[in-house]
Amino acid sequence: MTSDRIVGIDLGTTNSLVAYMQGESPVVIPGEDGSNLVPSVVALDERDQIIVGNAARKYLIETPERSVYSIKRLMGRGVEDIQEELKLFPFRLADDLQPGEVLRIKLGERTFTPPEISAFILRQLKRNAERFFNAPVTKAVITVPAYFNDAQRQATKDAGRIAGLEVLRLVNEPTAASLAYGLDKKQNGVVAVYDLGGGTFDISILKLHDGIFEVIATNGDTHLGGDDIDNLLIRIALDDIRGDLGLDLSRNGEAVATIRKAVIEAKIALSSQPATHLDIELSGGKRYQREITREQFEQLAQPIIDRTVGPCKQALKDAKLKPEQIEEAVLVGGSTRIPRVRALVEELFQRKPHTDLNPDEVVALGAAVQAVILGGGSAATENMLLLDVTPLSLGIEVAGGVTDKIILRNSTIPASATQHYTTQIDGQANVAIHVLQGERELASDCRSLARFDLKGIPPMTAGMPRIEVKFLIDANGILHVSAREQRSGKEAEIEVQPSYGLTDDQVEGMILDSFDYAEEDFRRRQVIEARNEAQTILAALEKGKQSPAWSRLTTDEKKQIAKLEKALNRVKSEEDYTAIRQAIDALNQGTMRLAELMMDSAVSTALKGKTMDEADMGEGPAAGHPVAKAEFE
Amino acid sequence: MASPETKSSASVVAEATPACWSCGTMRAEHFCHACGKVQPPVPVDYFRFFGFPRKLNVDLAVLEREFYDLSRKLHPDLYARADAREQEWSLEQSSLLNDAYRTLKDPVRRTQYLLRLEGVELEEQSKTATEKARATGEIKKQVVPPDLLEEVFELNMQLEELRGQKKMGEDDPALIEEIGKQKLELEQKQETLLEELRRDWNEWDKAADSGSEAERLAVRDKMVDLLNRRNYIRNLVRDVNEVLEN
Repeated sequence: MTSDRIVGIDLGTTNSLVAYMQGESPVVIPGEDGSNLVPSVVALDERDQIIVGNAARKYLIETPERSVYSIKRLMGRGVEDIQEELKLFPFRLADDLQPGEVLRIKLGERTFTPPEISAFILRQLKRNAERFFNAPVTKAVITVPAYFNDAQRQATKDAGRIAGLEVLRLVNEPTAASLAYGLDKKQNGVVAVYDLGGGTFDISILKLHDGIFEVIATNGDTHLGGDDIDNLLIRIALDDIRGDLGLDLSRNGEAVATIRKAVIEAKIALSSQPATHLDIELSGGKRYQREITREQFEQLAQPIIDRTVGPCKQALKDAKLKPEQIEEAVLVGGSTRIPRVRALVEELFQRKPHTDLNPDEVVALGAAVQAVILGGGSAATENMLLLDVTPLSLGIEVAGGVTDKIILRNSTIPASATQHYTTQIDGQANVAIHVLQGERELASDCRSLARFDLKGIPPMTAGMPRIEVKFLIDANGILHVSAREQRSGKEAEIEVQPSYGLTDDQVEGMILDSFDYAEEDFRRRQVIEARNEAQTILAALEKGKQSPAWSRLTTDEKKQIAKLEKALNRVKSEEDYTAIRQAIDALNQGTMRLAELMMDSAVSTALKGKTMDEADMGEGPAAGHPVAKAEFE
Repeated sequence: MASPETKSSASVVAEATPACWSCGTMRAEHFCHACGKVQPPVPVDYFRFFGFPRKLNVDLAVLEREFYDLSRKLHPDLYARADAREQEWSLEQSSLLNDAYRTLKDPVRRTQYLLRLEGVELEEQSKTATEKARATGEIKKQVVPPDLLEEVFELNMQLEELRGQKKMGEDDPALIEEIGKQKLELEQKQETLLEELRRDWNEWDKAADSGSEAERLAVRDKMVDLLNRRNYIRNLVRDVNEVLEN
């Protein structure tokens, strides 16, 4: 069924894409403007309408205070851990932000949480897919950086829900890329996927074995990417401008956005040519001009690129592999177009990297492959199964503020661990559990995931209750906790306070809010559904015309049907779903007698002893009414 | 503190496997051999989960193949369209499978796990335990293996000296080299102990076959002692690394 089509989505820092599996191979679905990439830019236009993608880019320069980019950097994070980001990115936080509250970003006078902004991007991708299929799309596989923690994953899932998508699976980006790679090159062996995108870096080492894609180790940095190189270049340009022209533009949002655009273009140019020219027109008729060579650029970018070395070495160490045991190093992410990055990968893994894949698209293509696997598989994906790992250790805070690790990083997911708790004082009814994620020994150095309160413990003397708490990381890399008091057998009640995230109620509220913006979506969906139905009835009518019953209609009846058919054909390509519905109903009524005649002829054919196959009546006996039963296109 | 994998449902062994909930025909374990459906998890130990005897020599190639085969039957990806109940079972079964594979694949974890099944609590001389003890003021049982006493004493002195130097912003290359050399020796010792452990495995497996209780207990205690020594050395190496890297 078309309505069950599952799409694969790469929700990127810089660009986002939606893909699906066309027969044997995954393809990217282009937007209305024909472009495969939807820039992850969201803006509020003059009429307070949300604009996403290429169309939103001009607002970055014209009205920077009403637009936002690289929102992925803020997913699942708290105010205290984005201080660095705030220095480098023009994020405008809401003024009334309370400590511990989920971040809110200002677009004009309105504020949105990062999941809501991501949901705008997802909704655009959903719309592109619906336009492409001419059918509603409600299910998706969404990719996340492998090194995303629980809160960042949860935030991505929330974004999907807000956008009206059922997120069937979160797949790690490098793993998704390996699926696309493996689909192409059916070969066993150990590969490393080096994924340097706009804002995140991942390294994953996988073992490919007869269709099993087993991640052995993963590492990364969720705040390292092309963005960082851009910011460095912007800073240098701003310093130059201050020095040469005596202008301080660092607080001028419009100028910074103009400079950003220019340095990104220069960066891209330097991947294919030895030198480029920066020429930026500033307000007041001044110009900033500068020649930059690839050598200079590489010198500047080297410290940023070098930050990928540590994670790569750690991943190799965790995988207990030497570089020469890696049979292929696969490059993913736009930043791997930089020649210096390629050289570094070659040094690290002692072989020329695999560059055949389109680094911008391969993650979305892999997500589309996973979507088919989840949908029950196809000939192309037969035997393909992804076994991924959790990137970070899961721990519990114990006495003295120390982390007790209970699920180690690089454990294959789903993974679980069981812990036992008891009470400290007589009659204690609650026990608090603090769950952490990270590799450090001290709880305060790890990432706080959530605080769980076990409630309603039956009154007993201290130390008597035996509460078994089960921690389970699911295939999305998201934690679930359940508890049971073993002496009473009572399921303990758990109250969760996510440290950085939206509660279910908040997400529900946002889904409702999103209808403000989704009116457009809803209308579009109605049109698509109506069009589908029109298609169905018209196809059924075509079959009816081939049946012997057709000849038994009067000329007038035939004429009337032709008229109604023409009317439906006319309105079906228009955007008015009520008109389409009316035309459908009219045609339905008009073909009632044809349906009856077809039914009769089916019956009499059967009475004459002919088999149904010989009786020319389309799709079998159930096709009595041409509208009631027909194939879905 | 025991390692997490040893905590879950280790001691309960299911007596018989019931019929498949879906088709009812076959005796089913993790999935039904007749209709292929996932079954509700039955608490079994990790050896039993893979259908292995409780022995320590495990053919890793066989283990991997079984792991892949079972993954193809139990993984949640295969139940994305199934009802909520089957999804839940698949999630539990595959987490059990992954936990079991992780434990059995590693020689030390596998041995520790088996010893726990045998009712032995290993002294976990982990850093966490040390910190915990420090925080609560408890005295942590930390038995230095007698044959290491002298070496450990000297190494600790050197580490203390290097820590002091580092605090002052200097380091003595000769001292670092000396510590590095000792670290190498300790790592070699770990390897030797691992080889020794493998010999114990043979004894254990033989005792399991012969059913000799005396032999079984003897080799069990030997392994406990060996693992405690090995853990001690492992923690020492970790301390050395920490000082060298900081």
